Amino acid sequence: MNSSFFFGISTVGYILAMVFYIAYLVFRSRQVGVVATAVTVTSFISQTIAFFLRWGEFYQMHHKLGLNISIFRPPITNLYESLVFFVWCLILGYLIIEFKYKNRAFGAFVTPVSAMVLAFIEMTGMSKEIQPLVPALQSNWLLAHVITSFISYAMFGLAFATSLMYLIKKTETKTEPAYIFWSVSLGLIIVLILAMGLDYLRFNVVATSSETMKKFLFKATFRSNSPLIVVLSWIGSAFVIFLVWLYGPVLKRIINAFNISDNMLDDITYRMIAIGFPVFTLGGLIFGAIWADQAWGVYWSWDPKETWSLITWFVYAFFLHARLMRGWKGKKVAVVAVVGFVAVAFTYLGVNLLLSGLHSYGALE
Amino acid sequence: MNRDDTDKKPFLDRLWDFFASVRLAIVLFALIAVSSIIGTVIEQNAPAEKNIIVLKRLVGDSLAPAFYRILEAAGFMDMYRSWWFVTLLMLFAINLIVCSLERLPRILRLMREPIRPLDSDKRNFPIKKVLRVKGSPEELREEVLKVVKAIGVKAENSPLKDGGYQLYGQSGNWSRLGVYITHLSILIIMIGAVIGIFFGFKGFLNLPEGYTSDVAYARDGTPHPLGFSVRCDDFEVEFYGMSEMPKDYKSWLTVIKNGREVMRKVIEVNEPLKYGGYTFYQSSYGMVPNARGIFILKLTGPGMKTETVFKRLGETFQIPGTNIIGYIKDYSPALAFDRNGNPYTYTDMMNNPAVYVEFKEGDKIKYAGWILKRFPRTWTLPDGNRVEFVDYWGVQYTGLQVRKDPGVWVVYLGCIIMAIGLYVAFFMSHKRVWVFVTRDGKESAITLLATANKNRGALERKIEASLKRLQRGR
Repeated sequence: MNSSFFFGISTVGYILAMVFYIAYLVFRSRQVGVVATAVTVTSFISQTIAFFLRWGEFYQMHHKLGLNISIFRPPITNLYESLVFFVWCLILGYLIIEFKYKNRAFGAFVTPVSAMVLAFIEMTGMSKEIQPLVPALQSNWLLAHVITSFISYAMFGLAFATSLMYLIKKTETKTEPAYIFWSVSLGLIIVLILAMGLDYLRFNVVATSSETMKKFLFKATFRSNSPLIVVLSWIGSAFVIFLVWLYGPVLKRIINAFNISDNMLDDITYRMIAIGFPVFTLGGLIFGAIWADQAWGVYWSWDPKETWSLITWFVYAFFLHARLMRGWKGKKVAVVAVVGFVAVAFTYLGVNLLLSGLHSYGALE
Repeated sequence: MNRDDTDKKPFLDRLWDFFASVRLAIVLFALIAVSSIIGTVIEQNAPAEKNIIVLKRLVGDSLAPAFYRILEAAGFMDMYRSWWFVTLLMLFAINLIVCSLERLPRILRLMREPIRPLDSDKRNFPIKKVLRVKGSPEELREEVLKVVKAIGVKAENSPLKDGGYQLYGQSGNWSRLGVYITHLSILIIMIGAVIGIFFGFKGFLNLPEGYTSDVAYARDGTPHPLGFSVRCDDFEVEFYGMSEMPKDYKSWLTVIKNGREVMRKVIEVNEPLKYGGYTFYQSSYGMVPNARGIFILKLTGPGMKTETVFKRLGETFQIPGTNIIGYIKDYSPALAFDRNGNPYTYTDMMNNPAVYVEFKEGDKIKYAGWILKRFPRTWTLPDGNRVEFVDYWGVQYTGLQVRKDPGVWVVYLGCIIMAIGLYVAFFMSHKRVWVFVTRDGKESAITLLATANKNRGALERKIEASLKRLQRGR
């Protein structure tokens, strides 16, 4: 049994866990909740085993190629491995919260994020092969940079889930700005997933490079050759967003049925960001700058990836100063936390797909 | 304060207040973040045509050139160096300094004040625990002291009437400076960056194999004298096994000063050459257009006689100890064979260099074939002689990033201070505890009051645990 076997188990497991957590949210049955947790823990263990097996395979492959690498170098070198590592951090963070706060309801918001990432991996068909390290990646600073970045991304992802829940819970009318903000954001996420799903169904492409990925992205919808489909896609997207807006209160009722206080959500959001921000500053910005300095001779070059991490940093600095110094509370800061994670997602995926830069190793090789 | 008062304040005071506000900081965060996005969409310092193509898609063919001119005039094509973006960063720096100066003296004063005993245990505190325990206050002293120590606080004592007492103390008093340490570190990093801009040099040097240069080039192409010369002796790309996956890029460099070789070094991607305040990084490579290189071949004839020859395309060589003449007929930088076995070149880069050599003895062609640099089994000829393809030299250039940055150490110092500041600001807290122990008949009443400016929950859990231990002990 090799690593991909265990990765397979964990992928199926996380998607099942999502189904169970949502079922738990809807039916409020304790048994379903216990099953959801059990499935998540099993998948997590399976993924951990897979990670260490892959570590061994990665080491052996380099050994066979006659390159001595340290046994302490984990296999986090390409987009696939880094996304999987992100899921691992996210689930670990979630399980800690579940046990600490004794509340399962967040699971229905966190597991979809990991299922989305795994679906993204499958849909784009990115390469899962173990690849040898290209020269620029043979650096310990880079390793520290990648690991700490993903730990902070996971923290921000959890803050995103709780702040979104907070907004859903606290908005009263369909016309207030915060309600429109969360319903449109959620609607857009759903539209993006649907559009990528349609790409996959229509072309059934296995994107082997970032070029093919760029070529086929939204080709079945927004970038179709037929103007009719383009127009329909836009109308369809507007309709999906409208539906979310219209049926938002249903979601609110479901969340309200659970014993989660507003303060608890607000508290978790803040704590996650209070851990994520320093880790991100150190790992995402400082280690990244040191690595760039050692490898390329420039610690900061305003390339799109660097600039987007700086934008992310400013959004979370905004969050912390608004909350701690200006006394912003509740919905206002929750909106900032949601925007922050959108910036994180764009820093990691959007920059690679839509913009270009030094970080070409993150491309869908 | 009403509006009239503000108007009466001297201009400088109002300016100070403007820069001391956190609201300005929040506005600047948003402005810098949003304007930075523009610079990631418009490719910076790119050829004009590239961005005009993007603009054509956005605003249409007819408007695009005019749009481009407007954006260029506003500095968007080199946005992060434009006057207005630099101004934003400077406002950010001033805001940071003034905000810190405004708040720091008060914090320092508060920090110097010693913690005092409370006048009453009836006060409300975020953490308040009341319990009754058997035993007199004096008998309990050791155990209460343990509780306070478990929280990490050095306790002071203040006696109360009836043999009661108050133990109190604080820890992490200075952790309130964490924010200011972090702010200071941002300023230090900015100072380092400014030193780099004014006293540093950032440029490149594309150096073909065998060439020497005593200048590097700035981004705009102006030559910058180095004060010494650099020669590229060789450049090589190494691959993983037989794959197309690059394993390493290497340049053999020699530094020459006053006509003397002073340094030799093989540089790799994470392994630069440093000399005279300049650092040379391996950053790219490429082929020199229309270059005619030299084939370096190591020949081995019968009886292990070896000889290394340097030949160009179309030239001949003789295998030592024989009458066999090799004629270099063809060359491919990246040879591959299609399904029918026909050779073709799959890329312009030297990914799989190969020479086609015809061997003659007298007038008769003995054999002919491709010799590949990366495939040693092609080096041995049918008659047992060997032609090792060592290199095709003089056709590649190494792309060096050249930098001189006296500010980089200041930036690194700033980074270290930032790490410390963030740790203190986010992971350390200022805790204060007061414990009242008073006699109540045969028992003692214990009231514990505490605060923490961060992570209050953790402190509360710790206090609850140690109080439970105290109760269980009785």
